[in-house]
Parts: sequence; C-alpha cells; structure tokens
Amino acid sequence: MAETLHHARRYTDIAWLWIRAAWAYPASFIMLAVGNGLITGLDFVGLWIMFVHLDDLAGFSLHEVAFLYGASSLGLGIADTLIGSVERIGTYVRTGRLDQMMTKPVPLLVQVCADQFTLRRLGRITQATLVFGWAAAYVDWTPLRVLLAVSMVISGAAVFFGLFVGFSCIQFWTTDATEFANAFTYGGATVTQYPLAIFPREVMVALTFVIPVAFVNWYPALFILGRDDPFGLPSWVQFASPLAAVATVAVSLLVWRAGVRHYSSTGS
Amino acid sequence: MLYVAIATRAFRRYSTYRAATLAGIFTNSVFGIIYSFAYLALWEASPDAGGYDATDAVTYVWLGQALLMTIALWGGGSTDDLAERIRTGDIAIDLYRPVGLLGWYLASDLGRATYHLLTRGLAPTVIGAVLFDIRLPASPAAALGFALALPLAVVVSFAIRFLVASSAFWLLDQSGLKVMSGAFAIFFSGMMLPLVLFPGVLGVVARALPWAAYVQVPADVWLGKRVGLDLLAALGFQAVWAVVLLGCCQLVLRAATRKVVVQGG
Repeated sequence: MAETLHHARRYTDIAWLWIRAAWAYPASFIMLAVGNGLITGLDFVGLWIMFVHLDDLAGFSLHEVAFLYGASSLGLGIADTLIGSVERIGTYVRTGRLDQMMTKPVPLLVQVCADQFTLRRLGRITQATLVFGWAAAYVDWTPLRVLLAVSMVISGAAVFFGLFVGFSCIQFWTTDATEFANAFTYGGATVTQYPLAIFPREVMVALTFVIPVAFVNWYPALFILGRDDPFGLPSWVQFASPLAAVATVAVSLLVWRAGVRHYSSTGS
Repeated sequence: MLYVAIATRAFRRYSTYRAATLAGIFTNSVFGIIYSFAYLALWEASPDAGGYDATDAVTYVWLGQALLMTIALWGGGSTDDLAERIRTGDIAIDLYRPVGLLGWYLASDLGRATYHLLTRGLAPTVIGAVLFDIRLPASPAAALGFALALPLAVVVSFAIRFLVASSAFWLLDQSGLKVMSGAFAIFFSGMMLPLVLFPGVLGVVARALPWAAYVQVPADVWLGKRVGLDLLAALGFQAVWAVVLLGCCQLVLRAATRKVVVQGG
C-alpha cells in the first residue's frame, strides 16, 4: 500500500512537470483543451441529430442512449487522462527514451503513463460529466442503483486502462502498428456509445467475453435504467463489471510484463 | 515534372510502413462495421432518412472510412512536416528553394493521398463489400464524377491543413489549432453523420462549408444523388472552395514570410 502511494506521488510529480511545460505555449494549450471538448461535444450532437429522425434506437430513448454514452465517455476520459500517454510507447522505443526511463528509480509503467501528461483531456471528462448528469436526471434512482453507477464509472475507467496498456504493448514487438490498438480502445469507446441491442448476437458475445467493453456501461446501465437484457443474459452479469475490470487490468499487466521482458534496446 | 517527382517520393515514403498500413486497414474496418450497424438501426427505424435508403447509408459508411486517411481528415500529411519545419526553423531552407512552397507541399500531399487511397481506401471498401450490401457507383458518369471529386476533396482538405500549419509561423505550435480544426472536419465533413441528416439551418450551413467537399459531396456523387447539371454543381462547389482556400494559403504565406522572423535566425 505504502509502495503504491509512493508511486502515485512520483506520478503526480511527473504529471505536474508536464502541466507546467504545456503552459509554455498557452494559446496552443487552451485550443487543445477546447478542441478536445469540442470533439467529444460534437460527438454527442451527432447522436442528438440521429434522434431527430428517430423516436428510439433499438428500443432505447435519447435519455437512455445519453446515459450509455455519458458513462462510457466518462470511463474513457478518466483512463485517457491518467494513462493515455502509454499509447506513445512505440516512440519511446524508437527514440531510445525507454532506455533512459529504465535507469530511473520509478516503475517504468508509472513513468510512461505520466509522460507528457496533459490536462487538455479534461475537456472530454467535462463534456462526459455534463451528458451523464443530464441523462441521470431521468433515472429512477435507488441506493443500489447509485452504488452500481459509481462502480460502473470506476470499472469502466479500469477496463479502458487495461485496453490502453494491454494493446499498447503490441509496440514492444512492432513499433509502427500503433493504430491497431485504436480499434480496441477508441473502437471500444465508439461501440459503447450505442445500445448493444443494435448489434448481432456474435458482436455481443465478443464484447462481453473477448474485449469486455460491454461491462463499461451496457450491463450496469441495464440495471440502473430498469431494462431487461435483450440478449437474455442472467441478471447477475449486470453486477459483474468490477470482475471484468479486475480481469482486464490483470491481463494487461501480465502483457506489459511480457512486453518489457521481450524489449531489447533499439541497439543504435 | 518536378511536382510528379515530389509526389512519387511522398508515395514511396508512406509505403515504407507496411505494418502501419495493415494496422490502419484493420482499424478502419472495425469502425466501418460499428457504424454500419448503427446506421442500419437508424435506417430501420426511419427508412428514408435524409433521402438515403439503408444500402446508401451503409455504402456511405464505407466510403467515409475509405476517405478518412485519403483526405487526412484528422490532419497530418505533408502539412505536419511543414508545421514542424516552421517550429524548428528549417522552413528557411524551403523558402529559398527555387520552387513555390505551396506547390511543393501540395504535390507531396497528393502523393501521400494516392498511397492512402490505394491501401487504406481500397482495402476497407473490399471488406465492407464482403460483410455488407454496398452500392457501386450509380452510373459511368457517377464513377467519373467520383474520380474527379476525390482529388478536389484532397486539395480542399490540404488547403485547410496548410492554413492550420501556417499558424505555426505565429504560434510556433500548430497542435491546438490542428485538434480544433480536426474536430470541425469530423463533424462538418459528414464523417460523423451524413450531412443530409442535419436538420434545418444547421444542415444548410453544414452543406455550404468547405468541409462538405471532404466526404458528403464525393459520397453523393458515388451514390448517384447528384446527376446531370447537379453533378457539375457538386464538382464546381469543391473547385470553388479549392481555389478560394489555395488563394488564402498564398496570402497567408506572403504575410508570414514578410513579417515573421525565422526561428533560430
């Protein structure tokens, strides 16, 4: 525990360094933050325009879709803000910076995640919170549902943490296939913007058991919104998000370890 | 001939990264599949939304994925090199070359676009055609129109990216403006949702902005929504924006070279 806290301190130290560095170009910093908020904001306007032509999407109303969207976007936003830099690990390998990092007395994963930390990603979190708050106003809350909502957001962030770290490790083996990971991280975020009911059963199975993004929002939201599972999965699945999160993070840390072991310097 | 040589080298430069191309094709296809199901659900509930039928909509998704990298929707391409060279001061070398800066970078970007069209444009389209029911060009005229609309889309996109990169002359760092411009491009190009679905004034404005030339216009040409004189109007719309924006690039460049002290100089 004390060790984890110690790592967290080092993480915030490095992050703070980067926040100050970003202020060297204030105009660019502000536009980056606004731009990031804008991307996600316009994303939601897109959903809203869909509903100009629809009463419901596969049986889900705009409020319900907004709830799913907000929950997934919040999870992604938190994960991306905290550890989004891990995506750049291929660059560190190529430029030899990873070797430099290895000589420092802070765990490599902490350094890589904190590197180039940027507050501009708060744009996404702010926007996601607004949408989530708006959608939550239409939910019939009970203490259990509140508890499940909290666990949903934390588990969602953890699942995305696992996906980011796990798939970034591909770059230990091949340094220019960064985009492959996007299909799972940002693809996972896009898939969870919609009710899972629009997809065929095979996709549902894949998103539950292979890339468990359905646990980011879909299963807990079914309970919170008081909906039956259109695919007919048992109702305990709706409470299983923390399990999926722990499993995803555990697998990703194993992959990370394998990646670091496999890594041998660029040699130049 | 010089410009052809520049374009060929840009093409070769991008073709070096095979793994990156494969990874990109995979990612484009995953997004294509996600959006196809989303649109199918939308058009099932509202079968003639925006004057498209479900097959049009799914075709639109895959055209969008094919165009995404070709037009460098997120930014990037030769203009990223430009911004970096402005930041480091290497731009000084570009400026005393006996070739126009704008033409040099445009040729390089067209070379890149050709590579991305042949790989990241073609491959996901084939995958889309295998997995879903998608439409081929409505007629020979539509196919020819699409072949003309594509380079025009790239030029319009290049001009906007060039303007964004030129902001580095004053701001030193283009990344803020690049992200913002990318956000507008995603939304107003019709990549996120076809502009034909945009309601009322928002729709009218969105269809008049230059970003409409990126995805919406080429897709409508492919789908045969613009025929006869209207087809010419569609291509004219792209051409006018291309000329206007390239003119702006030229003006900005002149202002920049007159006023700005090159970094490190």
